[in-house]
Amino acid sequence: MDEILEILAKDARISPAEIAKLTGRTRASVQKAIRQYERNGTIVQYKAVINRDLIHPPQSFVRALIEVSIAPQKDVGFDSIAERIYSFPEVVSCSLVSGTYDLLVVVEGENIQTVSDFIASKLAPLENVRQTTTHFLLKTYKEGGQILKKTQNRKRLNISY
Amino acid sequence: MDIAQRVQDLAPSGIRAFFDLVLNMKDVISLGVGEPDFVTPWHIREKAVFSLEKGLTSYTSNKGMPELRREISHFLKRRHGLSYDSEEQILITVGVSEALDLAARAILNPHDRVLVPEPAYVSYAPVVELAGGRAVYLPTEVENDFKLTAREINQAAIQKKAKALMLNYPANPTGASYTKEELKEIARVVKRHNLIVLSDEIYDELTYDFEHTPLSSLAGMKERVIYLNGFSKAYAMTGFRIGYACGPSQIIAAMTKIHQYTMLCAPITGQIAAMEALRGGFKSIAEMKREYLRRRRFVVEALNAIGLPCHNPAGAFYVFPSIKSTGQRSLDFARDLLQKKKVALVPGVAFGKSGEGYVRISYASNYENLKEAVVRLAGYLGKAYTIDEKEL
Repeated sequence: MDEILEILAKDARISPAEIAKLTGRTRASVQKAIRQYERNGTIVQYKAVINRDLIHPPQSFVRALIEVSIAPQKDVGFDSIAERIYSFPEVVSCSLVSGTYDLLVVVEGENIQTVSDFIASKLAPLENVRQTTTHFLLKTYKEGGQILKKTQNRKRLNISY
Repeated sequence: MDIAQRVQDLAPSGIRAFFDLVLNMKDVISLGVGEPDFVTPWHIREKAVFSLEKGLTSYTSNKGMPELRREISHFLKRRHGLSYDSEEQILITVGVSEALDLAARAILNPHDRVLVPEPAYVSYAPVVELAGGRAVYLPTEVENDFKLTAREINQAAIQKKAKALMLNYPANPTGASYTKEELKEIARVVKRHNLIVLSDEIYDELTYDFEHTPLSSLAGMKERVIYLNGFSKAYAMTGFRIGYACGPSQIIAAMTKIHQYTMLCAPITGQIAAMEALRGGFKSIAEMKREYLRRRRFVVEALNAIGLPCHNPAGAFYVFPSIKSTGQRSLDFARDLLQKKKVALVPGVAFGKSGEGYVRISYASNYENLKEAVVRLAGYLGKAYTIDEKEL
């Protein structure tokens, strides 16, 4: 992976000028590369990874993993069925997977009731959706490569040879 | 109570007092740390924890666990083409620090002279002196990137009738290292004068601009080099206290003789962790090295930009900029900087007289800390550090 992407993937706030200093490239070439990546979709988004459990006042929030089995029909491949599903804003993630079901869908909502309603009224009745199995997420330990638990600040000695 | 004279004769107390000052201060941004800021990769820690759960807490063989010695032997063969027999030519020690001490005590008779570069890691001269030998300092120059030259070694060997040479590359504090060609030159002189070389290559994996060559891999050198290495820097395992020495069977046997009485064996948990490091650590080394390289680029450029001339160090994670433009002595500079800006670094004089006029800055710290430290350092010097024409 290009060093620029490696750096931005860890901290998206680092400016092109700083990236230039870290990689030994010119600022202009770094900016050009970043613009390219944004234009062709290699860089999809810049966002902060937030630990919802620590927001105050506590927000009502529930996430569910849904195993969706599809009955593919002639002329209607997986892609277009997936598109119908992921177009819903409640769906935060959607993947075609190998194994006993077809699509792994992640849905977010205010509470169990909201999410269940969504699945029952919008997702399950879709044409080509044969079956859904829902798992509600109880606790998230690690997200986007980041451990969410606040780790103890390991202190090295301030000074050593 | 009487303290032994040879102990009284060690290390200047001025530096000790400065260190104590730094250690007890809160909220210091430290550029003075000699160990990685990375934590030991989880797969290594996990093996260590699991071994404790399984109850592996006993002594090991004096020489070190045979499996570890075999792993090291295989590793050195793969990585550098070095052949060291795991039974007779490898000793596991409590860090390279202990290996150094054992080597000195194994080969030095009273007053034997050892050539020690300057500025250099603080332990070399004291270890030689404690073993009854005499350290002969070879000053190095910034004009030559603080590298020793074959000529200097030749001259000193003749004049001082030296028995051994202490080599450390990549070096602490200067980051200096040697290409294969430069090492061949040094090897020629070493052979001419029949010197034994203690070669501390602990930072070998952190060489950025060329491939590191172990001295003992050169023709005619294996029989006269005590090769010292370990796991502290490359795998961020400083606290595990595991190092190793490889060398001629006679020397390793002598070192083992001392080690079995003074230390008995290196910690079993550390040895188990070290085995896991050798088996699976390469990917994490590559990542850490890339990160260090980025920081090196940033720090060297920044220091030069704020008026502290700094050469580009070949390896390790230190830079050794000159503070001569300030007219201050390095210890005064360090103390003043600490008190006014809460930035800690190590005065060059701690590493020998040739270190006066310089300071050691460690870039084993995350980018945000390095940035903040540079900004404060710039402020102390009455300059402004800018990226993007914007003052940070």
